[in-house]
Amino acid sequence: MASRIKRRFDALRKEGKKAFIPYIMCGDPTLAKTEELVRVLEEAGADCIELGVPFSDPLADGPVIQAAGAKALAAGVNLRVAIDFVKRIREKTELPLILMTYYNPVFRYGEEAFAADAAGAGVDGVIIPDLPVDEASGLIGSARRHALDTIFLAAPTSGDGRLKKVARASRGFIYFVSITGITGARLELDGGVAGSVSKLKTFSGGKPVAVGFGVSTPEEAGAVASMADGVIIGSAIVKKAASGTGAEFTDYLKKLRAAIR
Amino acid sequence: MKKGYFGPFGGRFVPETLIPALMELEDAYNASARDRAFQQEFKLLARDYIGRPTPLYFARRLTAHLGGAKIYLKREDLTHTGAHKINNALGQALLASKMGKRRLIAETGAGQHGVATATGAALLGLECVIYMGAVDMRRQALNVFRMKLLGAEVREVSTGSRTLKDSINEALRDWTTNVRNTHYVLGTVFGPHPFPSMVRDFQSVIGKEARAQILKAEGRLPGHLIACVGGGSNAMGLFSAFLKDNVLMTGVEAGGRGIESGEHAARFAGGQVGVFQGAKSYLLQDEVGNILGTHSVSAGLDYASVGPQHAFLKEAGRVRYTYAVDEEALNAFEMLSKLEGIIPALESAHALAEAIKLAPTLPAEGLIIVNLSGRGDKDVQEVARIKGVEI
Repeated sequence: MASRIKRRFDALRKEGKKAFIPYIMCGDPTLAKTEELVRVLEEAGADCIELGVPFSDPLADGPVIQAAGAKALAAGVNLRVAIDFVKRIREKTELPLILMTYYNPVFRYGEEAFAADAAGAGVDGVIIPDLPVDEASGLIGSARRHALDTIFLAAPTSGDGRLKKVARASRGFIYFVSITGITGARLELDGGVAGSVSKLKTFSGGKPVAVGFGVSTPEEAGAVASMADGVIIGSAIVKKAASGTGAEFTDYLKKLRAAIR
Repeated sequence: MKKGYFGPFGGRFVPETLIPALMELEDAYNASARDRAFQQEFKLLARDYIGRPTPLYFARRLTAHLGGAKIYLKREDLTHTGAHKINNALGQALLASKMGKRRLIAETGAGQHGVATATGAALLGLECVIYMGAVDMRRQALNVFRMKLLGAEVREVSTGSRTLKDSINEALRDWTTNVRNTHYVLGTVFGPHPFPSMVRDFQSVIGKEARAQILKAEGRLPGHLIACVGGGSNAMGLFSAFLKDNVLMTGVEAGGRGIESGEHAARFAGGQVGVFQGAKSYLLQDEVGNILGTHSVSAGLDYASVGPQHAFLKEAGRVRYTYAVDEEALNAFEMLSKLEGIIPALESAHALAEAIKLAPTLPAEGLIIVNLSGRGDKDVQEVARIKGVEI
């Protein structure tokens, strides 16, 4: 059977819609709060959720996600805890859930054991920002055996050769990084994004491409959605959620949802 | 062997954004190694600016005091800026300027690599930003001021443990953001390929000189080489020229307050294989893969991982790795100062501490070369603080 992520993108395509993919940090500041956030995001129309796994040295992340990760680490969250968390909330939701983790925790866990446990718990995909495709043959093998989608990142600096490699190795969707920078940096959209997205689609035989890094406002989300199959929003949501998940927050989510079309 | 690997160690574990820059760097470095004009320019700078060759000095009074093998010191402390770091920093600065990169960034722990990079940037007229942990800035206040004098901007890193590893995270974040116009001058034989090989090659002049110098002085190769190992660039620089010889080699890590205390930076004694900041190697980490804090009296050895070629040489049994605790390094620091009139860097004092243990166990005809990787002026204030002396 096709993966949850693929089925979701297929359904969206049929309806002519784009995917809204929020990122939140698992356990920021508590697992109970994350569970509540997942529910709020689903109600607001999220199509997929990226769950960040905290790491001591998050070198691809900006200040907002660094701070969220520090709180989650203090709450005792790690890769195993995040997998158990997904297992628990999987009983309540059919939303595709993706873990975003750095590589060393996966290496330490063991790639095969990680893929087996994550897939078994109901995790649908994994994103590892410091594991480029060239170093990923072991993880890809394990992930395929356990039907866990591997989502790789392509960057504005990637030439055609690398875009092809990333397109081939990705399952579920391809993650295009909108800027040369870290998470939460300021978005500067240029013609390069649409060009790279269209190349990735050609090279992959039509796999969905989602764009993230630096997307913050509904206007930006709308602009990005017009070039891609999905929009990933992390730092802005993490920051807003930290100051309350009430009406103001859900209003922001609704505006994002409406803009991504 | 897979490209960029030393056995199972090494690799290129960084975000995709940086991969094309690393490929470009690898190509430029390989081309420069074949480029006569580049090599000639670098050789002249090494002679006239760095002050190479550095002497190989027979430490007569230290040898007599310990009573055993003859101890020679490779005097990298006598290079311009006072440590071996300049060999690599100047090489990379020259390479960056040939690649058309007008901005250099670097991390620094003890400050020596930061000073060396700032020096290279000043010499070549490049913009320079140095990342340094807040804790290290306090320990090495003198070097912070030196970098500023040299025209560099020093950015304080207040995340994580606020030491070397956090400065590398920040430098990698900067590089990811500014990769098109910036070169990251990584200071040791660590990080993603090609850094471990390239930095070793820029430092290999240490071993090449030492080998020729000991043959001239003694007519034979030494029995032992000793060097301290933080990331491990001074050690790789010395060892690389002797790998095919019948010479024993010892790398000395920072034992901090002792392995059992957990406050140390002895990756081989207390770590396991992991992947960190671009490379697979030995790593101080907890059971779920988070990086552990480290401690050493010496900021330059205070790092959670170690160069992948060292990991390979350890597993191959070619190099023995041990450690010296803070107290042993401080004793060696004072001993060399009093007996030879040479104040060593606290990093180099770890290598001396091992020589102090080893020399008396060897016969008088034994020969040891210790890499005196840097001078200790930068550490005087910190040592005074530890001893409770106000200056």
